[in-house]
Amino acid sequence: MAGQTLYDKLWSEHLVKNRDDGSSLLYIDRHILHEVTSPQAFEGLRLAKRKPWRTDTNIATTDHNISTDINERKGGVSGIPDKTSQIQVKTLNDNCTLFGIREFQMNDPGQGIVHVMGPELGATMPGMTVVCGDSHTATHGAIGCLAHGIGTSEVEHVLATQCLITKKMKNMRILVDGELAFGVTPKDVILSIIGHIGTAGGTGYAIEFAGQVFEEMSIEGRMTVCNMAIEAGARVGMVAVDDKTIEYCSNREFGPNKSQIDYAIKSWRNLRSDKDAIFDKEVTLSADDMEPQVTWGTSPEMVCSVTDKIPNPKSFESVDRQKSYDSALKYMNLRPGILMTEISIDKVFIGSCTNSRIEDLREAAEVVKGRQVASSIKQALVVPGSQMVKSQAEREGLDKIFKRSGLEWREPGCSMCLAMNSDKLNPGEHCASTSNRNFEGRQGNGGRTHLMSPSMAAAAAIFGRIADVRQITQGNQ
Amino acid sequence: MVNSITTHTGIVAPIDRVNVDTDMIIPKQFLKSIKRTGFGQNLFDELRYLDVGYPEQNCSSRPLNMKFPLNQERYEHASILLTRKNFGCGSSREHAPWALEDYGFKVLIAPSFADIFYNNCFKNGILPITLVDSEVEFLFEKLYSTENFSLCIDLVNQSVKSNFGEEFEFKFIIDSFYKDCLIQGLDEIDLTLKDREAIKKFEKQREKICPWIFGAIK
Ligand code: SF4
Repeated sequence: MAGQTLYDKLWSEHLVKNRDDGSSLLYIDRHILHEVTSPQAFEGLRLAKRKPWRTDTNIATTDHNISTDINERKGGVSGIPDKTSQIQVKTLNDNCTLFGIREFQMNDPGQGIVHVMGPELGATMPGMTVVCGDSHTATHGAIGCLAHGIGTSEVEHVLATQCLITKKMKNMRILVDGELAFGVTPKDVILSIIGHIGTAGGTGYAIEFAGQVFEEMSIEGRMTVCNMAIEAGARVGMVAVDDKTIEYCSNREFGPNKSQIDYAIKSWRNLRSDKDAIFDKEVTLSADDMEPQVTWGTSPEMVCSVTDKIPNPKSFESVDRQKSYDSALKYMNLRPGILMTEISIDKVFIGSCTNSRIEDLREAAEVVKGRQVASSIKQALVVPGSQMVKSQAEREGLDKIFKRSGLEWREPGCSMCLAMNSDKLNPGEHCASTSNRNFEGRQGNGGRTHLMSPSMAAAAAIFGRIADVRQITQGNQ
Repeated sequence: MVNSITTHTGIVAPIDRVNVDTDMIIPKQFLKSIKRTGFGQNLFDELRYLDVGYPEQNCSSRPLNMKFPLNQERYEHASILLTRKNFGCGSSREHAPWALEDYGFKVLIAPSFADIFYNNCFKNGILPITLVDSEVEFLFEKLYSTENFSLCIDLVNQSVKSNFGEEFEFKFIIDSFYKDCLIQGLDEIDLTLKDREAIKKFEKQREKICPWIFGAIK
C-alpha cells in the first residue's frame, strides 16, 4: 500500500465517521471566530436553543471592522466611526460573553487578525483541525495542521456539534526546489505559483508546499504562502512539520504545557507525507528564475515580474482569457506593453494576514530606513497584524523607522485589505499592497490594487511608482 | 430549515463573465449586517447601480445601470443564473448565497464554481449546476437569441431541459449527499447530532492522544 500524504494523515486522525450519503464527519480541534461571519451563526444557535458543544475549543477576536487609527482606537467600540461596524463588534462581544467564549477584544494584548493571532498565541498547533469563517484560514497550515475556511452555516454547525460535514479533497503537491535569489520573498513565491497554475488551479485539492524553498523558509514565510493557497483555488495549504515548526510552536500561551510538550513534539514529528505517498497532482517549479512579482490586473493570477511589461491580452489563446484580461486592464486604466515600473502609485498598504508579521515589517523597514516616502504618495500605512507584532516591532524600533520615513504606524486589524473600516482607496487610486486580493473594489470602490511583497511595497512608497526593490537594497548590502 | 428543491422551471438571466467573485456578488459593506436576510436588493450592487450602496438603504430610488442584465425587463423574474467558470471565487462570505437566494435565484449554471461557495449554496437552498463548457456556451447562445428564455431543472433525474421550442437535454453530475440535502431540505445540525454518541466517543479518544488541545483556552 502506498504511503500517506500529510493531508491523508490529518484527515484520518480526525475522521469521526463516513456517512452513508458519501460525506464525512470531521472532528474540529480549534474554531476561531470574528465579528463578520459569526453573528448569524450565534443567532441560529439561540433560535434553536442550542449551546456550543465545547467552549474551550473556540477563540474569538475582532479585526475586520475596527479602526486602526490610534486615536479612534482609544475610544473603544464607540470610537469606531461607522455605526453598523460598532454594532457588529458589540454583537461579537455580547455573544462571546453569553456563550462563554474566550475573546480578545479590540484593545486586548492578544488581539490581532485571526490568522496572525491564532498561531502566535499557540491557539493553533500542528496536527490540529482548524476552522474559521474566513477563507484565509489556510494560513495556519504552515505549521502542519489541517486548516480551512468555512461559511457561516458551518460556523453554527461547528459551534453546535464540534464537527464539520465535509468531503475529502484530493492531494496536490507543489514542489519548489532551488535557491531564491536576493530580493525574492515568500510572497513572490506564492504569486509566481498562482501566476503559473491560475486562480482555479488548486480547486478541489489540499495543497502541500514542499521542496527546498519551503524547507529553508521561516514559519512566517510559510504562513504567507499558505495564506494565499485560496487565491490558487485551494481551501487548504500546508507545509510539513520540521525543527522550525517545533521551535515556533513550543512555549506558546495556549500550547502544550511543560509536562505535555515532549509527548506533543513526538507526535508532531510524524506530520509529514510518507516518502512513497501518492499525490493526485504534482506541480514542480524552480526557484532559480523567480523574480519579485507584482499584479497588474484584477485577479491574483494577473501577475508578472517587476521587470516585465504588461502583457497584451491578444497574445493569449483562450477567448475567455482575452476578455477578462481586457476588462481588467480597462478597470486598472493600464495599457499593454508598458513597463510595470512605469505604473504610478497613490497609496501604500503594508499589512493584512498575508504580510503583517514581524518578519514582514522588518523587511519593509530595511527598505525605507533613512529614506523618505515620495511626495506624490497620498498615504502609506503600516499595520501590524496583531498587538504582539506591534509591541515586538516597537521594541525593535521599527515604528520609529517607518514614522521617520513618512509612513503611518497603525493599530492592528485588517485595515485596507478589504475596506470594511475607514482605511480605503478612493476611486481610481493605485495601491501598492501586501494583501492577498486585487479584485475590483476590494480595497475601496474603484480602487486599483497591485499585490506585492512588503519590501516591494516599501520600494513603491519611496519611488512613488512600482519599483524593483533590488535596485535599492543592493546598495544596502 | 433549508428550502427543498426537486424540480424547478424559471427564466434564465446571464452574467457573462468569468471569475465572478463573492465581492462582486455582494460587496463588503453589506457584510456589516448581523442578519441573514434582506441582501437581495444589494445583489451585484456595484454592477447593478450607478452609485455606491450602503447597508440598510432604500434602493428603490437609486440610479440603475441599465446595461446590467438584472435591470432589463426580460430578466426581471429570472430565477436561474447562467454564468462562466469559477463563479463565487474569493472570500468565503455566506452572504453571497444569501443575497442570491433573497433575490430569488434558485439555480446557478456554470462550467465551474469555487469550492466554498459551491458548498454554501446547498446550505442555503440553491442548486449550483456544473455543465461542460460547450453546453454552457450553447445555453448562452440560446439565451441571447430567445425571448423569455427559460429552462426546466430536474434535480431527481439530474437534467437541464429546454422549456419550449427546440428540444435539448443536458445531464449533470451531483454528489448524492448534496442532492439529498436539497431534496429533503434537511437541517444539518439535527442530522449530525444523531451521531452524538460517536462524536463523544471520538472526543474521549482524542483527549487521550492530544490532551493539550483540551481545556487550554479558558
Ligand atoms: S487581513 Fe484581509 S484577508 Fe486577512 S482576514 Fe483580514 S480581511 Fe481577510
